[in-house]
Amino acid sequence: MTGLLSLITFFPLVAVAMILVFAREGAQGDQLARQTTLFATLVTFALSLWAWAEFDPSKSGFQFVEDFAWFGGTIRYHIGVDGISLPFVILTAFLMPLCILASWTSIETRVKEYMIAFLVLETLMIGVFVSLDIVLFYLFFEGGLIPMFLIIGIWGGPRRVYASFKFFLYTLLGSVLMLVAIMAMYITAGTTDIVALLAYEFPKDMQYLLFLAFLASFAVKLPMWPVHTWLPDAHVEAPTAGSVILAGILLKMGGYGFLRFSLPMFPDASVYFAPMMFALSVIAIIYTSLVALMQEDIKKLIAYSSVAHMGFVTMGMFALNRQGVDGAVVQMISHGFISGALFLCVGIIYDRMHTREIKAYGGLVNRMPIYAAVFMVFTMANVGLPGTSGFVGEFLTLVGAYKANTTVALLATTGVILSAAYALWLYRRVVFGELEKKSLADIEDMNLREIVVIVPLVVATLFFGFYPKPIFDMTGTAVEATLENINGKLKTAEVEATP
Amino acid sequence: MIYQTILLLPLFGAILAGVLGKRVGEHAAEYLATGLLCVTAFLSLWVFFFELPHMEVAKTVPLFTFLDSGSLQVDWSIRVDALTAVMLVVVTGVSALVHIYSIGYMHDDPQRPRFFAYLSLFTFAMLALVTSDNFVQLFFGWEGVGLASYLLIGFWYKKPSANAAAIKAFVVNRVGDFGFALGIFAVFFVFGSLDFTTVFEAAKGQAGKTFEFAGFQLDVMTTICLLLFMGAMGKSAQFLLHTWLPDAMEGPTPVSALIHAATMVTAGVFLVVRCSPLFELSPVALQVVTIVGATTAFFAATVGLFQNDIKRVVAYSTCSQLGYMFFAAGVGAYQAAMFHLFTHAFFKALLFLGSGSVIHALAGEQDMRRMGGIYKMIPYTYVLMLIGTLALTGFPFLAGFWSKDAIIESAFAAHTGVGNYAFALGIAAAAMTSFYSWRLIFMTFHGKFRGDHHALDHIHDSPPVMMVPLVILGVGAVLAGFVFYEDFIGHHQAHFWGQAIINLQEHTALEARHHVPDWVYFAPAVAMLLGFAVAWYYYIDHPERPAQMAARRGPLYLFLYNKWYFDELYDFLFVRPAKRLGHFLWKTGDGKVIDGLGPDGVSAGIVDWTRQVVRLQTGYLYHYAFAMLIGVAIFATWFMAATQ
Repeated sequence: MTGLLSLITFFPLVAVAMILVFAREGAQGDQLARQTTLFATLVTFALSLWAWAEFDPSKSGFQFVEDFAWFGGTIRYHIGVDGISLPFVILTAFLMPLCILASWTSIETRVKEYMIAFLVLETLMIGVFVSLDIVLFYLFFEGGLIPMFLIIGIWGGPRRVYASFKFFLYTLLGSVLMLVAIMAMYITAGTTDIVALLAYEFPKDMQYLLFLAFLASFAVKLPMWPVHTWLPDAHVEAPTAGSVILAGILLKMGGYGFLRFSLPMFPDASVYFAPMMFALSVIAIIYTSLVALMQEDIKKLIAYSSVAHMGFVTMGMFALNRQGVDGAVVQMISHGFISGALFLCVGIIYDRMHTREIKAYGGLVNRMPIYAAVFMVFTMANVGLPGTSGFVGEFLTLVGAYKANTTVALLATTGVILSAAYALWLYRRVVFGELEKKSLADIEDMNLREIVVIVPLVVATLFFGFYPKPIFDMTGTAVEATLENINGKLKTAEVEATP
Repeated sequence: MIYQTILLLPLFGAILAGVLGKRVGEHAAEYLATGLLCVTAFLSLWVFFFELPHMEVAKTVPLFTFLDSGSLQVDWSIRVDALTAVMLVVVTGVSALVHIYSIGYMHDDPQRPRFFAYLSLFTFAMLALVTSDNFVQLFFGWEGVGLASYLLIGFWYKKPSANAAAIKAFVVNRVGDFGFALGIFAVFFVFGSLDFTTVFEAAKGQAGKTFEFAGFQLDVMTTICLLLFMGAMGKSAQFLLHTWLPDAMEGPTPVSALIHAATMVTAGVFLVVRCSPLFELSPVALQVVTIVGATTAFFAATVGLFQNDIKRVVAYSTCSQLGYMFFAAGVGAYQAAMFHLFTHAFFKALLFLGSGSVIHALAGEQDMRRMGGIYKMIPYTYVLMLIGTLALTGFPFLAGFWSKDAIIESAFAAHTGVGNYAFALGIAAAAMTSFYSWRLIFMTFHGKFRGDHHALDHIHDSPPVMMVPLVILGVGAVLAGFVFYEDFIGHHQAHFWGQAIINLQEHTALEARHHVPDWVYFAPAVAMLLGFAVAWYYYIDHPERPAQMAARRGPLYLFLYNKWYFDELYDFLFVRPAKRLGHFLWKTGDGKVIDGLGPDGVSAGIVDWTRQVVRLQTGYLYHYAFAMLIGVAIFATWFMAATQ
């Protein structure tokens, strides 16, 4: 199926062109832009499902590969997917129509531009996951920031300038270092092709530096402690759909980066730095869970809990065993559903009350029973209750971590206590109790559009909670191949070290 | 198919009642859920009476794949053996009766469909727990019942106290789950599998070996068992992790009967018994189980002495009886533990539902100080409560007599230090059990009525829909011990349990109890009479004394009345420090340190720096062009130098 991936990646841009050409000023044009965007994102999603159907999970290596010369032959337009990247492509395409639908009425100004920003963002995000050339990857990776800046900066809340500045400052540092590292890799290995780089063995000393340079970028994206402080601010200021994408996809680029580049390309460094990564992961889990406990802003609380959940991802990956890595992938996918849904839940009440203060709510269940039920599902998923996808990722990463280092697993498991505390306390303060506040007296339950947005996420969270096998089937071979690649390189390094 | 049906019918009931409750009407929803549950109960009885006797080895029915990650393979599946069959009967039986009872009890509640959905959901999770053939599905059921418990404790979500109790129950249970989860990881690490069959068969090979855990070199089996036991302590409200159970009485009374007396809280006991092939290999773990169980039996009984809320008395009694089950398991008498679990389900559910009937009759009154003298007005409830009390206190030939006495004798017959500890505390707790149980009866039904007299205007026995379940439970409370004694712990026990319970040769407490001295046989009866006599003295002969004692507020009274101050202690040790730490990490850690040194600090620095740079911005094009040229030159040079 040559061309399918390019189609998936660039189809949203077709919609951009159509909006630019056909959508006029005024309400009619806005509506046309919304419809076009929704349609385009749905088509993209359908195409990504087609790719899933055509994908052969038993084969290792990349599929749907397209490879053309670009920029004088050195840098190539080389794309393809394997079991690690495909789920992220599907996740992106899955969340996008929901985001558009969620923004249907809440975005009233500059609708066309907003839709265009999201479409461009979709292309760039999918591009990140399909790139098989590291320069191409870099372009997509950094390019994705631009529409996100705009989304926060134009449609964001009152402190959006501070938030986007903070976001920018953090990412800038990471980007610069990663770019330098990419150049160094090109100079050493003579190629920017990811497939070739995956097979290449960098000298040990160089690996350390390259690892740290990539870490600077991925750690900020994920985010890891202590470079996480941009995330709560960015989430708080971002419009709802922006938060969904930020939590659902953009964070995952960091995790994907570790899995695609850091681990297989710098395996010695990964082993060397694993204790540090474990330490940072465990700190992230405990520290941010405790901070989440004390938040007064709903979105900030969920943002901090995201950081904690990403701690499980890094912990699982650097366990460098099958369960850990599988768990990390599942955790990222599942967090895409769960955190996305939680931000949508916040958006639903924000659209009605225009505040995210926990104190402003209370007793919502009395007037919003459907909302209460949905929010409960995702609160429990956030807590990692078995039967939701949240459990599968958390459990496997912990199993993996236990195999690698019992102390790490011991400390990280305290997260299961803390997450229950902050999530249930939040739920109680927002949803349970008497409806005492006068301002809430007329609050309406979820409307049909909101239900349509949230139901796919409920289904996905519960379905993969009981039956995560489709994910394992998709990712298994690729994860196994990645681990074999790493272990193979570690062995040759050992052989060389012992003369 | 029968197993799948048993497991899934309650789930369908939950979904139908929950989703369609509004559509099909409240009554249809509750009859539907109740009807499905009754079918499940009959099927379970069928399995127990007609399939189990022919079952040589455990039957396992795999359903579909759950986890599939390298060497970690876990299925959703159903395992049926004697242990499961007993639990099936207890769970579906009590659940069906509680469903029926609730039709009457929740009659006036506008949210009935939701209530029945939760009850059925709970039953499904509990069935998933007891039918599991691996640790992960067990954990699923474990957390699922925790969720249902949370939802049902907080069912009346407008009450702040109910919400607080619900969160407390969930979070305290999570503390136990923390250990349980680590135990599961350790099992997988050691055995490379999470299936019961594989793990139990390989267990012997690990006895006495050590492994590294959190920097220490520890005994494998002891570590695994103690971690698993931590989970059991949370779920079964054992000493130190017991604080959630009394508060859980905020939920509607049928919930207390089903979840917090007969089924969920016994999941911890079930876990220990299920893992008997592991626990048997760790003498240390068994000792810990014995000590914790005995301590709980004693501790909870002391707190139960002076509680005034009728449900809380029964709750502490439950906590105490669970302690008995644990120390039975601890001395190796798993069969006796299961027997007591079985009989206890009848009489404790009876006591809870009976209390509910009293509360119902008195329009919601739960404080025993405002009850009294109502036995003539609600005679059926009174008689049934009497039967429950007699069964609980171990009156000869009623259910508790067979199981509790067997536990106490086994503890003595173990002839170990911890066995004697458990025996002594068990006898003491039996005396206190008798005291608080009779105190409950006397305060509630005897003497003069002490409440507001309007409360008596409408007093009446509960409708048949509530009384029939009570009668059935009453019959069970009378007969369950006598009828099933031989199967559970008598001559047929080895055949009855088959491979479901493993006993090492040297653990003979269950057999040796037949040879204890006579005074050990009679000790529980004496304790029972003593408790009765004291209760009679204070609450029938001299009913003014207890109030005087309470008014004096002696230190011992306050210590017991305030539940040994555990809530205050935990608040001081854990809750407040966690909040303070969270606040500190947020404001100081994130705010001052990370942001202060990071982005905010950098930006302040940049502002200074840009003031300097601004001077460079002259506005002349050739200045910029020149700067660019230099930049390109530097870049090109570096690039070429590097490529060479």
